[in-house]
Amino acid sequence: MTALLDIKNLHVSVGEREILKGVDLTINPGEVHAVMGPNGTGKSTLSYVLAGREGYDITDGTITFMGQDLLALEPHERACMGIFLAFQYPVEIPGVAGTTFLKTALNALRKYRGEGELDAMQFLKHVRAKAKALDISDEMLRRPLNVGFSGGEKKRNEVLQMAVLEPKLAVLDETDSGLDIDALKVVADGVNAMRSPERSMLIITHYQRLLDYIVPDHVHVLVAGRIVASGGKELAHELEAKGYAQYADAAAA
Amino acid sequence: MAATAKTIEQVKSIGGKYKFGFVTDIDLDFAPKGLSEDIVRFISAKKDEPEWLLEWRLKAYGHWLEMPEPKWAKVSFPPIDYQDSFYYAAPKSKDDAPKSLADIDPKLLETYAKLGIPLQEQEILAGVAVDAVFDSVSVATTYKGKLEEKGIIFCSISEAVREHPELVRKYLGSVVPYGDNKHACLNSAVYTDGSFVYIPKGVRCPMELSTYFRINAENTGQFERTLIIADEGSYVSYLEGCTAPMRDENQLHAAVVELIALDDAEIKYSTVQNWYPGDEEGKGGIYNFVTKRGACRGRNSKISWTQVETGSAITWKYPSCILEGDNSVGEFYSVAITNNRQQADTGTKMIHLGKNTRSTIIAKGIAAGRSDSTYRGQVKILPKAEGARNYTQCDSLLIGGDCGAHTVPYIESRNPSARVEHEATTSKIGEDQLFYCRQRGLSDEEAVALIVNGFCREVLQQLPMEFAVEAQKLVGISLEGSVG
Repeated sequence: MTALLDIKNLHVSVGEREILKGVDLTINPGEVHAVMGPNGTGKSTLSYVLAGREGYDITDGTITFMGQDLLALEPHERACMGIFLAFQYPVEIPGVAGTTFLKTALNALRKYRGEGELDAMQFLKHVRAKAKALDISDEMLRRPLNVGFSGGEKKRNEVLQMAVLEPKLAVLDETDSGLDIDALKVVADGVNAMRSPERSMLIITHYQRLLDYIVPDHVHVLVAGRIVASGGKELAHELEAKGYAQYADAAAA
Repeated sequence: MAATAKTIEQVKSIGGKYKFGFVTDIDLDFAPKGLSEDIVRFISAKKDEPEWLLEWRLKAYGHWLEMPEPKWAKVSFPPIDYQDSFYYAAPKSKDDAPKSLADIDPKLLETYAKLGIPLQEQEILAGVAVDAVFDSVSVATTYKGKLEEKGIIFCSISEAVREHPELVRKYLGSVVPYGDNKHACLNSAVYTDGSFVYIPKGVRCPMELSTYFRINAENTGQFERTLIIADEGSYVSYLEGCTAPMRDENQLHAAVVELIALDDAEIKYSTVQNWYPGDEEGKGGIYNFVTKRGACRGRNSKISWTQVETGSAITWKYPSCILEGDNSVGEFYSVAITNNRQQADTGTKMIHLGKNTRSTIIAKGIAAGRSDSTYRGQVKILPKAEGARNYTQCDSLLIGGDCGAHTVPYIESRNPSARVEHEATTSKIGEDQLFYCRQRGLSDEEAVALIVNGFCREVLQQLPMEFAVEAQKLVGISLEGSVG
């Protein structure tokens, strides 16, 4: 099987400080991977580097996505190829209705792929069904994007965007943070509904809790910029019981 | 050709004043370069105007000679050489005025089509009556019949001078006197054409009235004159839109717009201004020095200005309201976008005279490149304006680190019962917002267009639907190259 995403020996610095110190990670189509680790270990850096955010220096290593050199692409090109990042802190865009934002994004993706743009009616039909499953009302869709949204609303909205944009690789950055258990279930249901043999996911989380609802195929432990352990879903439970301290030595090595 | 012969006679009768020897060339499409009393007379004669109007033009010209240029705006440009411009240019056409679209130069129609304004289609499909101004002379007026049924007059101001002299004489210069400011003086002296609208008592104009202004001949300063009168209990929505082809030389544009709303009347005036802004280094571009003012003469009258200003090298423009009638309402919704080397100094004046008069000002300035954007506004409450209220909101958005945004509000209240509120914000377009949009598949330019459109939303939604779509596209186009 050809890997969807292949990260090799990735070194990333911010300013003088090296954050990622040689990360290797391979994700095949349809697989759900979880990256766990303590705060400040480089989890979010990994997600931003995949999405192409400025301010991160790639000092060594490669990232191949669908056979292409991902690092040579602009952020919007990566998005158009099918990389979606569900943000830990979704950004407010005053004056832009959620539907306007989504329609602009979807049509940008469709245009890139050589597909025709959807008109307003086709688009609304496409969105409404998905919004309903995530308990998102028409009223919420009309509101300016993320402005005054509660934590739960923001995260549900991220998952809605993911559902509408139908990425090949969804990166969920701390999607569970700030969610109560009911909101967590809604979000997890939304994510699970999107699992398919063609879609891969990379779930970044501090806590094992989310992984009770979105069960990963593979779990990796990221400590101090390195993946120090990899295993199946049971690794998450082991971490929950024993904590990250056991890896401190491995990370320092 | 009778009219032309008459014109020649008239010009001759003025007697021996023409230094330039163009009397025998009265058929010329251009008056010679430069500005003088002769030119003023020439224009008036060309247009076969009555004596009172010539007198008025001459008074304005006399004032213009004396008056200093306004210097208080935060714009800079080299002194204007008024003698280096043409003040009269007519389109090349055999007859004096075309009777219908079929009479219009096909090349002209082609130009309109290129600019996306197919007149013929508009006439049939859009239900918009268009009084198109091309090089200073109206060449097409549509839907006149339909409007006439309701008693609405919508024609070029030259025609109005001929057909409705009593109305023009009563109202012309009654809101913007010829001596108001140097640019308005110049317009009064040499205006060549423009639009005239009269809505009779109790009539609601059944369609949006629309004029497209274009500047198309080299070196031709444009001096449009618009006069709109809404009689008691009437309503009209008027759209003014501008585009212009690329050009190199600075061009002066000094338009005057006067609005008059009588008792219970309402005028909504919307502008999308997209003249050539000059190149990235600031070479070329239009000087847009416009005087727009509305008088709410009657009780419960309302005047609402909406403007989207994206073009021109320099914009100097303050659409204002004089709230004379008790309970009258003035509104100003503005988006001003500057990029590269553009300079905009724009805002409004709300002069509260009547009791319980209300005004709202929402101004959004967006500056990118090395441009400068200034909001300049005045709210003045006079002693008799019992219970007057004003709400002002000015928001500036900066893109990049080399542009400037300035807010200069003047507030003067001489009535203790008045309430005046002013809010202002300045922000930079956020890197996190741009990244969020790009992560969803939007290019830099699409992201900026989306964010800026959101920032301007309150203003853009005031525009009539067909204009709003155009304006949203324009917002994106005018900020191209501002990031990345």
